[in-house]
Amino acid sequence: MSLVMTLATRNLLHDRLRLVATLIGIVFSVVLVMIQMGLFLGFGHMVSTMIDHANADLWVLPKGAKCFEDPSQLDVKLREKVAAADGVASVVPLVIGFSDWRLDSGEVTPVFIVGSDVKAGGLQPWNVVEGDVRSLSQWGAVAVDRTYFDRLGIKKLGDAAEIHGHKVKVVAVTDGIRSFTTTPYVFVDQKDSRFYTGMFPSKASDLLVRLKPDADRTKAVQAIRDRVGNDVEVLTTAEFRKRSRSFWLFGTGAGAALFAGAILGVIVGTVIVAQTLYSSTKDHLSEFATLRAMGSSNNYIYGVIIYQALFNAVVGFIMAGAIGYVVVRMTERSALPIVITPWLMAALFVLTVVMCVASGFVAIIRVVRIDPASVFMR
Amino acid sequence: MNDIIIDAREIRKTLGKGAGEVQALRGVDLALRKGELTLLMGPSGSGKTTLLLILGCMLTPSAGRVTVCGTATSDADKEALARIRRDHIGFVFQSYHLFPTMTARQNVQLALDIRGHHGRDAARKSRDALALVGLDQKAKSLPDSLSGGEQQRVAIARAFVANPSVILADEPTSALDGDSGRAIMRILVDAAHKRDRAVLVVTHDPRIVSFADRIVRIEDGVLADEQADESERRRLPKAASWP
Repeated sequence: MSLVMTLATRNLLHDRLRLVATLIGIVFSVVLVMIQMGLFLGFGHMVSTMIDHANADLWVLPKGAKCFEDPSQLDVKLREKVAAADGVASVVPLVIGFSDWRLDSGEVTPVFIVGSDVKAGGLQPWNVVEGDVRSLSQWGAVAVDRTYFDRLGIKKLGDAAEIHGHKVKVVAVTDGIRSFTTTPYVFVDQKDSRFYTGMFPSKASDLLVRLKPDADRTKAVQAIRDRVGNDVEVLTTAEFRKRSRSFWLFGTGAGAALFAGAILGVIVGTVIVAQTLYSSTKDHLSEFATLRAMGSSNNYIYGVIIYQALFNAVVGFIMAGAIGYVVVRMTERSALPIVITPWLMAALFVLTVVMCVASGFVAIIRVVRIDPASVFMR
Repeated sequence: MNDIIIDAREIRKTLGKGAGEVQALRGVDLALRKGELTLLMGPSGSGKTTLLLILGCMLTPSAGRVTVCGTATSDADKEALARIRRDHIGFVFQSYHLFPTMTARQNVQLALDIRGHHGRDAARKSRDALALVGLDQKAKSLPDSLSGGEQQRVAIARAFVANPSVILADEPTSALDGDSGRAIMRILVDAAHKRDRAVLVVTHDPRIVSFADRIVRIEDGVLADEQADESERRRLPKAASWP
């Protein structure tokens, strides 16, 4: 085994204070990027959580609807037209909209109504920890998430409240269905949702389309488009998810802010690593000059510096990963959980290596100028 | 002629520019032969370090021609000069220039490592080289724990472990006491005589002339008359000899 690694490691460990400073810089940078990107992913998941959990292959939306929460409406008569298209198994109207929830204390809080035909499926609450979703078909039955109990003035299953002047009773409790808008989702049957949102019976927010198992998705989409005309759009679930995420993340600037934070993390990390590697290299210039005088190729010396950069990257990344794991665990039940996927970790590792190696080039530029003759002057 | 390892002809070197221009070397001819230990002596500023750098392929002459083991150095770029050093030359520096974080054995092994020799064989050769300079028991010691003489012996082991054709030593004894200096010179003499290498020692130190096969004096960038070792030794005052 070459001594490149030994020399590089010893050089780093020789000045432990500087090594610690370098690693803190890398960890700070990687954790910052990790959290920003984790928030980005978490936010992305959150804004499409309803789309992800809907029992639909296709979505028929009012033209230009930007996201699930879009208040636009379409004509519910389109349901028959869509149902008649080749490959369509079922069509379920969805009624959504804001409403007001009155607590026992008389206080009013806004809620977001999600109304779907309980018997037909469509969009039903998931992660139900208490009660029964089938009970939602009863008049005035609602399902809420337990994280919003305090907000809604609810203590347990069976408690009552009032939505838009109508008495309601909690028949199912979910866990973890949180809204990024902080307005609690309230699941109800479609027939009730019209009373709460004020939507006319002739209207619906979206149509959820299930295709037959053997249906050709592309052909089905075209068949539906041919039938419904240009006032509505037909999107696959993936397309609608992408549009919704794109709107909330980029249309609102939230994503840009998260990205800006991530870029800032990369810049800070690169500068810190570059500065410490440069400083370390400068301290060992006489050693590099000795190597050069002995006849070492430049590549050998670059190898030492790059290995130092890689050592920093790997150790820094492991430490940052451990911190990231703790952060994920701490936020997983929060309003905006940080989501760190294996792909994000892989990308962060590559980013850390690139950041550290790029920093190493600053040191290499200094080493290139070494005059081996300087060894004879000392 | 085949014995010549480094051949320098009509070497001229100008340092600085304009008013600060200095003719460091003014037409130097010097050949280093295998099996011969040559001393290059001269006062400060005489041009001996400049000549050493040119012979060691770290500096290119303003005029003249240098060949190392038959390879001309005049048109070589920095990497090519490094390759010539790597292939043919071992260096011993006045300040040892050992790597403080590496053991004695690793310091020696670095000379093999930069030549692409790694692993156990390189480690064994490095230990053998240390044994030749009497430091086999100190293979695992860091430079800081070694005396000046021991550090210089490690540096010499590093210089010849890769079996170079020529060893260039810059003031190898100047920082050492008498016993250590003698030990170093004996090793360098052995390197020349027993291992058939060319050895050039640049020095101010009059105590080491008795070890030389040949003494070359340089003054004001010009080689003075070359003297046979016996006549030079006779010229030295007694006080200049090691006790």
